[in-house]
Amino acid sequence: MSEALLSASAQIPPTSDGVEVVSAAADSRLKGYVPRWLGLGLAAAFIGMVALWAIFPQIFTAGDPFAGNITARLQPPSTLHWFGTDNLGRDLFTRVVYGTSLSLKATVVALLIAFVTSSVIGVVAGYLGGVVDEIVMRVVDVLLAIPQLLISLMLISALGFGTINIALAVGIASIASFSRVMRSQVLRVCASPYVEAARSYGAKWYVICFRHVFPQARGPVSALVAIEFGSAVLSISALSFLGYGAVPPTPEWGNLVADGRNYLATAWWLTTIPGLVIIITVIAVNTIGRAFNRTGGAQ
Amino acid sequence: MGPYLLRRVFNALLVIWAAFTISFCLLYLLPSDPISMMLSAEGAGGGGAANISSEQYHLLAERHGFDRSPFEQYLYLLGKAVHGDLGVSMQSGKTVVAQIADVLPETLKLAALSLLLAMVLGVSIALTAGAFSSGLLRSLLLALPPISMALPTFWIGLILLQIFAFKLHLVPSLGNRGFASLVLPACTLAIPTAALIAQTLTKGIDDAMALPFVRVLKAKGVPRRTIYFRHVLHNAAIPTLTILALIIGNVFAGAVVTETVFSRSGAGRLLQSAVDVQDIPVVQGLVLMMAVTYAGVNLVADLLYPLLDPRIRRGAGGVGGEA
Repeated sequence: MSEALLSASAQIPPTSDGVEVVSAAADSRLKGYVPRWLGLGLAAAFIGMVALWAIFPQIFTAGDPFAGNITARLQPPSTLHWFGTDNLGRDLFTRVVYGTSLSLKATVVALLIAFVTSSVIGVVAGYLGGVVDEIVMRVVDVLLAIPQLLISLMLISALGFGTINIALAVGIASIASFSRVMRSQVLRVCASPYVEAARSYGAKWYVICFRHVFPQARGPVSALVAIEFGSAVLSISALSFLGYGAVPPTPEWGNLVADGRNYLATAWWLTTIPGLVIIITVIAVNTIGRAFNRTGGAQ
Repeated sequence: MGPYLLRRVFNALLVIWAAFTISFCLLYLLPSDPISMMLSAEGAGGGGAANISSEQYHLLAERHGFDRSPFEQYLYLLGKAVHGDLGVSMQSGKTVVAQIADVLPETLKLAALSLLLAMVLGVSIALTAGAFSSGLLRSLLLALPPISMALPTFWIGLILLQIFAFKLHLVPSLGNRGFASLVLPACTLAIPTAALIAQTLTKGIDDAMALPFVRVLKAKGVPRRTIYFRHVLHNAAIPTLTILALIIGNVFAGAVVTETVFSRSGAGRLLQSAVDVQDIPVVQGLVLMMAVTYAGVNLVADLLYPLLDPRIRRGAGGVGGEA
């Protein structure tokens, strides 16, 4: 994984001038090529596995995420219990696998909300322009001034707890940044001649917006979704860690880490391993997102 | 300079007002019943919404202003807020301002130390990486920020606790016990912040290195070190200044998680417990405090731009003036 990141950073073109730099850049691109694809493959494989954990958890583990075995409490990782067991003797690997479903669902819901809402806001503000645009963008500016976690916490204190509510909170909190990108794309597309042509033959404004402008403008926002996937996973696990997600016996990645808090001195694996799963997921998703962005940028 | 300053101050006030309005909309207009929430927060010992008469209910509603129309409530709360009254905590009954003032010093200490650590760490990574245009060291250093941004803050805190408090017994594990107990939370908060600073500054350095004037300076035979430290850094500092308010916002948001992990009292912990019991006035007070901080920091940054960038001083261009 770190190899992939190394090669990704080696892709940043050297900034000094001269002919030799050009050849150096080509050289490093050649050297970075193999590890980059290797890293991308590993990332895709990991994400594929995590997605399967979410959909078919029973394939990966025969255990029950809620059934404890009191004789096997707080056992360190072993061949029998890959991730160890918790204070009630429940297998941590089983709980992580079963927790994936809620954590990933929340992430997908959050991004879907952010994408759909910001598309509408961005298209309408960008296309209509004038006062509407001015007001919407002012509100967006202010929302961008408040850290996303605070907006999420505000929403949670109004909506209440639960996995769906944290997904809503994270989704709504990221609308501002998505809308801004969407609007700037819409402004760019609206200036193109074919939009003017559509207007000239009398197409309705909503037809122009959603048939002609939106499909052209959504590319960079989709790329942003890929990039934001990782931070959505992080935000959702943080809110779940704080205890606003699923109610305790139900596993989620964030509350699994929180469950291990009381056993820091004796059972390192309870916090470390679920955390590592989150981290590797985020790094893998970011690797894929960056690759997606690179190819998207080339088109 | 005068109109520039005036415009910036007006902008800051606008941000604070808008943050108040938006937080009002989110907190008070969403379908929730603050009175029942307040009662169920108090009602662990047998109270709860079911046990009070509708008369008492209305009395409470009147005291907190919930009996009026939303717009009247908004004007009422805004009027109070302008006079520095952010209402009364539903949970403790103390005023929100007093409650925030109680815990703020602890969070300020934490934020100051973590910002200092993050600056030192972030700037040294960016400076070292920026000094080389390629090579293994640069690649290694540049790989650090993306990795540390993938780490959940709570996890960093727990791992540091595990190693330094429980394995090595170097620092006390929890609570507010002097400087020693401040070190781990500050490091926890500093890591993602340092990553953000390092990334922005590296980008700034790379962009500045690509500017034509650097080539001119090189052609004139100015030593590399002079170009780097006197000319390039000067330019690279501007984007970093732009995100200063963002960085401080992130530190505060990170404090919610960090103070919870380390069981420290502070503004972040206050927010966490306020959300726990849906103590809406406290939540709004803290959000407003954040908005004031953000606007204040941005104002300071706006005043610093003209010092760093002569183009703004002469009113010719606006490199980050319109934030």
